[in-house]
Amino acid sequence: MGRIVLDQVNKSFDGVEVIPPLDLTIEDGEFTVFVGPSGCGKSTLLRLIAGLEDVTGGQIHIDGKDSTQLAPAKRKLAMVFQSYALYPHMSVRNNIAFPLKMAKLGRDKINSKVMAAAEVLNLTDYLERRPGLLSGGQRQRVAIGRAIVREPKAFLFDEPLSNLDAALRVEMRLEIGELHKRLATTMVYVTHDQVEAMTMADRIVVLKAGNIEQVGSPLELYSKPKNVFVAGFIGSPSMNLLEGPEAVKLGAKTIGIRPEHLSISDQEGVWSGIIGVSEHLGSDTFFHVKCDAFPEPITVRASGEVSLHYGEKVFLTPNHAHLHLFSDDGLRIA
Amino acid sequence: MARSNSMQLKMLTTVAAWSIGLMIFFPILWTILTSFKTEAQAIASPPLFLNFDWTLENYQVVQERSNYMRFLWNSVFIAGGSTLLGVLIAVPAAWSMAFVPSKRTKDILLWMLSTKMLPAVGVLYPLYLIFIELGVLDTRLGLIVVLMLINLPIIVWMLYTYFKEIPGEILEAARMDGATLKSEIFYVLMPMAVPGIASTILLNVILAWNEAFWTLNLTAAKAAPLTAFIASYSSPEGLFYAKLSAASTMAIAPILILGWFSQKQLVRGLTFGAVK
Amino acid sequence: MSTNASRSAARVMMAPAVILLLGWMLVPLTMTFWFSFRKFLPMRGGDLGFAGFDNYVRFLTSSSFWPAVQTTLIIVISVLVITVVLGILLAMLLDQPMWGQGIVRILVIAPFFVMPTVSALLWKNMFMDPVNGLFAHLFKAFGAEPVIWLTDAALPSIIMIVSWQWLPFATLILLTARQSLDSEQMEAAEMDGAPLLKRFWFIVLPHLGRAITVVILIQTIFILSTFAEIFVTTSGAFDTRTLTYLIFQRITDSQNIGLGSAGGVYAIILANIVALFLMRIVGKNLDA
Repeated sequence: MGRIVLDQVNKSFDGVEVIPPLDLTIEDGEFTVFVGPSGCGKSTLLRLIAGLEDVTGGQIHIDGKDSTQLAPAKRKLAMVFQSYALYPHMSVRNNIAFPLKMAKLGRDKINSKVMAAAEVLNLTDYLERRPGLLSGGQRQRVAIGRAIVREPKAFLFDEPLSNLDAALRVEMRLEIGELHKRLATTMVYVTHDQVEAMTMADRIVVLKAGNIEQVGSPLELYSKPKNVFVAGFIGSPSMNLLEGPEAVKLGAKTIGIRPEHLSISDQEGVWSGIIGVSEHLGSDTFFHVKCDAFPEPITVRASGEVSLHYGEKVFLTPNHAHLHLFSDDGLRIA
Repeated sequence: MARSNSMQLKMLTTVAAWSIGLMIFFPILWTILTSFKTEAQAIASPPLFLNFDWTLENYQVVQERSNYMRFLWNSVFIAGGSTLLGVLIAVPAAWSMAFVPSKRTKDILLWMLSTKMLPAVGVLYPLYLIFIELGVLDTRLGLIVVLMLINLPIIVWMLYTYFKEIPGEILEAARMDGATLKSEIFYVLMPMAVPGIASTILLNVILAWNEAFWTLNLTAAKAAPLTAFIASYSSPEGLFYAKLSAASTMAIAPILILGWFSQKQLVRGLTFGAVK
Repeated sequence: MSTNASRSAARVMMAPAVILLLGWMLVPLTMTFWFSFRKFLPMRGGDLGFAGFDNYVRFLTSSSFWPAVQTTLIIVISVLVITVVLGILLAMLLDQPMWGQGIVRILVIAPFFVMPTVSALLWKNMFMDPVNGLFAHLFKAFGAEPVIWLTDAALPSIIMIVSWQWLPFATLILLTARQSLDSEQMEAAEMDGAPLLKRFWFIVLPHLGRAITVVILIQTIFILSTFAEIFVTTSGAFDTRTLTYLIFQRITDSQNIGLGSAGGVYAIILANIVALFLMRIVGKNLDA
């Protein structure tokens, strides 16, 4: 139903190309996340799909239909905005009912649909309130409610959680995930937060400067990053990317090793170094180790509480099965 | 000590400000007072301040003798009509400028404002000719159109500055929700901009109500509004202070009240947003 | 950040306003321009043909032109000085803590809402009338001879009336600008030991600079076209004939359309020069 195909889609603003020609297929029912640093074109790409911007070239097919020239109102997509974009002069009820009114549905039908959505989103008690009186999380849910009543072909989310505090963000993340499982509708979700991308997505599209760097499942991206950029972007804390003679020894320009794939010991190991700052999270401890072999400090994860201290001499050993090698042009060496 | 000092200072500024305020307001106050006097009391020497026999007679006389109601209606029609017509034309234009800005938007806005700067007297005769040609001389319709055109730049400008404060995402949300352009403007934009639209209307009613070049030069008996009605009192045979005062009070009272409500928005509207 | 569809919708939506204003500007202007080159006397033969620059030369060389320019300048400059200086002082005063600030504000603003014909009439009759006016009573009370204001001191009288109308405007705008001054900046200056007068001179006045410019430009445009106040009080007699009024008389009284139109073109040029400066300031503000 909600299969979205981008065919050589590109976009320029005033002659400046922000998105070079790009092909992408989002399968029906899939939860796809566009992720990348700010300015990578992910929001623009979403707005192109929504029809809020014109493509400069290429075609967009939604549900098998060429929608390139279709007005946003006609694409049967629903969008949740970063600022929620609720109508401040309407009650929650009327906010949710608005798309149904625009579709000229009957009053009874509107009512039952609004009630059903409110039920799902725990908004039943707030239906008569204005959005201004709601908390951030509630506003977010109203925005989602407004999107689901339309029964769209696909949902578009534009950084919907970035205005929420950390705790609420985790909660809403789960709620949206839950919603996707239940509705099984295509969702396209834009975020700059790779944790959100990793936890929610079926498939992640990593963007940089308008280019697709890699498309794949979270685990694919994690275990087989195509290039240095994806390697450094996905995973938290990020992968150690190391250059120098040690890398050359392994036949690469850059070697990458995740903090969890290094073991630390005060006795013996491959690379020696001095412990800098350490972060104790209880379940894990992160050490920042300044090694003699590399100019950059290396982050290492140790399980649980490890009693090593600032300034102590330690040894690091990489797990060779999880060593990533990258060539001169930053691409993965198979 | 500092406290009592600041109290004294406050007292002092209060007295000074009130004295100056009353001085500035005095001509209006005096007019209102005189309107309740008899003609004899109005020119009594020394002048009577409050100790006179209050009477409503002047208001009655002005009403009965001078067709005051007709002038009032003309004023209401012309000020209201030109403002509403202006808003009707300005809302779509302001929407375009605020939400679909282009490189030319700023130039168009400034050009619109510059038309406001044309000295009326420079185009007095052509307009007079056009009015005769179209048969709208001394009609309310003619004045409504002219005053609408005079104030259109201000209306567009004010609406533009108010619309600009509305986040574009909300209009985009409406578009995503399946709203047509018409629904987007009527159900989303305009309700959100109600305070801005209201103050735009208010200021322009005031400006149109007080306009005293075209209303004097393009009307005669039929369509003359209150500005012209009052001007007719400048002839010697019209010199009755109390009645003049009553007529003046009636002419300025509605706008004085409206004006006091709109004083906050006034600055923005009159300086085209250059002072906020 | 928009689509072709919304851009073309915007063009359509903007069209009525743009076309109307374009017509409003171009049609009468073209006609005025055309008439200014004709010998056109509606009551004495109608359009008597092309006149070249005769009207422009005649308007400039007529004995009433320079006095009219002088009168116009005196009125504009006097009113500007009075309203801006008093406006600054009033704005400073009204910004201080006091009781009943809102009411005082309302009292001060009120004259701006009085229609020009009313304010001219009430000043003319109830204050400046040599027999029954309040000023006459006041002078008599002090044993002085009442002044026949609108004859003997016509120009100052008109300046006074116009100033009374525009003082509220200047005050209101300057007060708004004064209140936008960051109070921490004033407090910092106070901590630095700057005395009141220095704080006013070096912090407040520069901050008000732009607002003052805006007040001057807007008032200039409006005061240049002062009409009703003169029409109602002196009808241009006793050296109160401004450029605007002179043109008005050429058209309505002398019925010399060609001559009046040439004057109109001069007035338009003059207003455009002022408008240019105002547009610069407004335009700058648009980017911010």
